Amino acid sequence: MNIPAITTILTSTTDATDIKTITFRYLGTAVPGQFFMIWIPGVDEIPMSVSEITKDVKGITFRKIGDATHALYHLSPGSKIGVRGPYGNGFKLTGKHLLFVGGGTGIAMLAPAVEQARKRKLKSTVIIGVKTKNDLFFEDRLRRFGATVLVSTDDGSKGYKGFASDLAKDILKKEKIDAVFTCGPEPMMKTLLSCCRTIPFQASLERYMKCSIGICGQCCVGNGLRVCLDGPIFDGKTLKKVEDFGVYRRDAAGRKIPF
Amino acid sequence: MADLSTTIGSLRLKNPTLLASGIMDEDAGSMQRMIDCGAGAIVTKSIGMQPREGYANPTVLELEFGLLNAMGLPNPGIDQYGQEMEKLQKSKTPIIGSIYAADAEEFVALASKMEEYGAAGVELNVSCPHAKRYGLEVGCDTTLLQAIVSSVKQQVRIPVFVKVSPNVVNIVEIAQAAEKGNADAIVAINTVKGMKIDLETAHPILANRTGGYSGKAIKPIGVRCVYDIAQSINIPVIGVGGITTGEDAIEYFMAGASAIQIGSAVYYRGPDVFKHVCKEINVWMDKHGYKKIAELVGAAYQ
Repeated sequence: MNIPAITTILTSTTDATDIKTITFRYLGTAVPGQFFMIWIPGVDEIPMSVSEITKDVKGITFRKIGDATHALYHLSPGSKIGVRGPYGNGFKLTGKHLLFVGGGTGIAMLAPAVEQARKRKLKSTVIIGVKTKNDLFFEDRLRRFGATVLVSTDDGSKGYKGFASDLAKDILKKEKIDAVFTCGPEPMMKTLLSCCRTIPFQASLERYMKCSIGICGQCCVGNGLRVCLDGPIFDGKTLKKVEDFGVYRRDAAGRKIPF
Repeated sequence: MADLSTTIGSLRLKNPTLLASGIMDEDAGSMQRMIDCGAGAIVTKSIGMQPREGYANPTVLELEFGLLNAMGLPNPGIDQYGQEMEKLQKSKTPIIGSIYAADAEEFVALASKMEEYGAAGVELNVSCPHAKRYGLEVGCDTTLLQAIVSSVKQQVRIPVFVKVSPNVVNIVEIAQAAEKGNADAIVAINTVKGMKIDLETAHPILANRTGGYSGKAIKPIGVRCVYDIAQSINIPVIGVGGITTGEDAIEYFMAGASAIQIGSAVYYRGPDVFKHVCKEINVWMDKHGYKKIAELVGAAYQ
C-alpha cells in the first residue's frame, strides 16, 4: 500500500515572511534529503523535503507560493493532512569538513543533514543565501547544532553582499572542504558545481512531481533519471551529464521551462 | 534458447515486451532508458493536439493488489513532442506514438505528425477511463470508432493499433469495429475504472476521484478480454494488463496475444523488468519445448 496516511498537525511555526514549519506525528525513519508527499484533501498533494526529524515527529518547511502551500500555511495544529513516504535517496554524509550551501528555502532540507553531521562530530560550515534578511530562517537553529553559519544576502541587508555561490567560492579557496551539499535555485547549484572541480558534490533537485513512485516519468531528468526515486539527491559526476541541470525544468504538461 | 522475436502485422520486434503508454515516456531520456532496459518497443505517452497539464495530485496510488491512477492525459502537445521523438529517430527500437483526440480529424492530424516524426506505428488511445470527451467516450461508440480508424488508415502508411477498454459492455464488438476500420492490431486492455476512499476524511483520494486500476489484480480481466477478442478478429492482439513475470506473458500469448505491454510492473520490478520478463519467457519456453512465440499464440483455444 502506498497511499496517504492521515495524521494531525502538531505545531505550525512562522520562520520568516511567508515561511512556516509544520510538524506532524509520523513514526519511522527518514534520512535527511528524503521527502514526503503531503496531501491536503480537496486541494493537492505535493512533495516536501523533511526539515525536522525525530523518532515520532517529522517536520516540513515551506514558502507560501501555490494553492497547496497556501492551504498548508493556514492549517492550524489539530488539522488533518495525509502523509506518505519518505521517498527518495537522501544525502550521504562523507568527509571531515562539510560545506552546506542553501539558497532560499533550500536551507530547510539541509538543516537535518547539518544536524546529523554535527551529531557525528563532523566539522560543518553552512552558507545560507537569501535575497534579503527578512527571508532568513534557521540561522540560530543551525548554530545550536554547532555549525559555523555564514549568511549572504543579494541586497547586502545582512552578512556577505552577493550570491551564496560567490561566498562558497571564497570558502572553497580558503579552507579544505571534503564535500559540498546543496539545495537551492538550480543555476546557483550549477555555478557551485563548476567551482567544486574534484570535491565531491551532492545537490537536491526539485521537479514537478506526480506519482512519486518512479513510474509516471513527470520528474525525469537526463537519461530517464527519476528525481522522485533515483534522486532527489544526485552527485556531481551524474549532474555533469544531465543536460537539464540548471538549464530547464518541465511544467505539469511536460513542456520545457528555462530557469 | 527460444526465439523471442515476434511480428505485429508488418512490424517486427526483437522481443515481445513493449513499454505501455503512460509509463516513463513523456520525454526522450526516459524512453531511451526503457530501451536500454530491454523493451522490444516503446509506446509513448498519449499525445494530443494541445498541451495538457493533467489532474492535480494525488494522481497515482498503490493499493493492495495494483495501482490506481488518474493522470488526466498530461502531455506537452504534438508540436512540442516532436523534439522528444527527434532525439529517438536513430533508435533501432520501434517507437509507437500513442495519440488521443475527440474526433477523426484530430486523430488524423496527430497520426500524420507521429509518422512525420519517425514513429514506427501509432496507437489510438480510445480507452482512457478518466478524461472527459477523450478516450472512452470515443472508444465505446462502434460507428465513431470505425470511422476514426478508417480515416487514420487512409492517411498514414505506418501500422495503426487501437487500444480498447474493458469498461464497456462488449469489448469484442469494439475490437471488431476497429478491425472493420482496417486497424493493424488491437491492444487490450486499458485500465479498469476504480476508486479509493480515505476512511478518516471520507475523501476519494485521487484528485479526479475515479481512476484506472492496473497491475496484477486486473490480469484475469485482461486475459479474458484477449481470449475473446483474438478469436473474433483476424488481426493481431497485443496483450496488456497486470503482466509482471514471464509466465504472465505466456498466459497472454496462450490467450491469443502476439506481443505484450508492460506498465505497472516497472513499479513492481524496476525498469529492468523487460530483461527479467524476457529471460523468464525464454526459460519457460525452453523448459516446455517451444521454439517460437507464434507456437504459443492462441494455444488456449482447445
